Amino acid sequence: MPSSVAAGLIAVLLAAGQGACAAPTSSTIGGSITVFAASSLTHAFTRIGANFAAAHPGAMVHFTFAGSSTLAAQIEQGAIGDVFASADQPTMQKLVDAGLVSGSPSTFARNRLQIVVAAGNPKHIGGLADLSRAGLVVLLCAPAVPCGRYASQALRTAGVTVTPASQETDVKAVVSKVALQEADAGIVYVTDVKDAGAAVQGVDIPVRFNVTADYPMAVLKDSQDVALARAFISYVLADGQHILARDGFAAP
Amino acid sequence: MALPPPDRRRPAAAPVPFVILAGAGATFFLLPLLGLLVRTPWGSAWALLTSSEALTALRLSLIASLSATAIALLLGVPLAWVYARVTFPGRAILRALTVLPMVLPPVVGGVALLLAFGRRGLLGGWLADVFGIHLPFTTAGAILAETFVAMPFLVVTVEAGLRSMDTRFEDAARTLGARRWTVLWRVTLPLVRPSLVAGAVLCWARALGEFGATITFAGNFPGRTQTMPLAVYLALETSPQSAIVLSLILLLVSLAVLVGLRDRWLGAS
Repeated sequence: MPSSVAAGLIAVLLAAGQGACAAPTSSTIGGSITVFAASSLTHAFTRIGANFAAAHPGAMVHFTFAGSSTLAAQIEQGAIGDVFASADQPTMQKLVDAGLVSGSPSTFARNRLQIVVAAGNPKHIGGLADLSRAGLVVLLCAPAVPCGRYASQALRTAGVTVTPASQETDVKAVVSKVALQEADAGIVYVTDVKDAGAAVQGVDIPVRFNVTADYPMAVLKDSQDVALARAFISYVLADGQHILARDGFAAP
Repeated sequence: MALPPPDRRRPAAAPVPFVILAGAGATFFLLPLLGLLVRTPWGSAWALLTSSEALTALRLSLIASLSATAIALLLGVPLAWVYARVTFPGRAILRALTVLPMVLPPVVGGVALLLAFGRRGLLGGWLADVFGIHLPFTTAGAILAETFVAMPFLVVTVEAGLRSMDTRFEDAARTLGARRWTVLWRVTLPLVRPSLVAGAVLCWARALGEFGATITFAGNFPGRTQTMPLAVYLALETSPQSAIVLSLILLLVSLAVLVGLRDRWLGAS
């Protein structure tokens, strides 16, 4: 975490330096932009960024990955960047309301919930109803973070009452504790199960109970290179879709 | 001819740039504290502090940190005594390994605790099978995590006290026929009492502020494992105002500890 923060900081500093030079030539595609993106996008966006740079010689995309609300807070405090990609609508709406976004956000991906269990599903969990079984160690995200809000929404819709052993502060903690087999199950995003590899597997939640998280992205008001920022968003909406799909995201 | 003792009240002659750097150094620490004070919602502070979530976290923090300090005293004082008084092969290595949590990132400590005391851990599986004891995601687990991170502070402080004490008092007691336990209880421990108090208070303060190992090993559940620092972290997501008030409480406690210990720990006269 600290090293990725440091890398992000360096990316911001570099972008700030280069952005100042690139500004006069912003009418052509070139120069560099900084993209603030939700941490669940780390894998997909890193590859999309590389492909985008390959398709646009001279263009550079720097990323800062962190929790959506952390990024939004940084932008509110004056962090310089060009694009913000959020893991939920309310966080994006906060920036829109604060007048920090230019134009309207576009939804570029959707994520759904899944039950994460250890590989081989040793406790034979078949759906949400099984999570209320006695003796089962179930982890949820805290109600303060989006995945916790979505999970309780899904459980409410399904009419299931779950007493979690812990309300974890982020979705990755839920996955890793299930992978370590310290917990039997948790409710996380489909993409997190995919990202965690062979130690865990996902149990689908039927569409009628499931919650869809929309991922919006937008150009930031203080962008130094609006043309390149818009080009990157268009690229994510078109060429980037198959990379997002491979990581488990659903199309918008 | 001996030099006269230095007069500490006379201002030292330091180069001006040096004083400016010192001022910048001090400002670096004072500014964040000032930020916290300026942004504290004083009008609603009491209401936020006495909300049921804050009180639950505060109560759990006190229970867990005091329990951790008690365990640290029970196990840490004998350990400090062994380090100070007994010579055995590998002592330096063992000592380094047991005070490692002082410099280890607490999250790493939490992962290590899971691998030892988790239900798939080295000892945890056996604890669960034989005694039905489950430590992760329980208050006992939070206490364990806090003890792991905080006890080294007690061990190091008490060991230093034991090393610097005058052992002739113990020799005299033994010469007069006192048994080992009597010497320990009536001579050694009373003589190192200032170190015991300082070590216990430092250990308690560290336990009170513990975050990383607790959240990794014990998780986060209100009333069970959600201590003050965890409540602060989560409050930042929803209610920054109450996060600031909770932070202020932790800050005041830490400040009280440092001021109370200044003679021993900071070497002020």
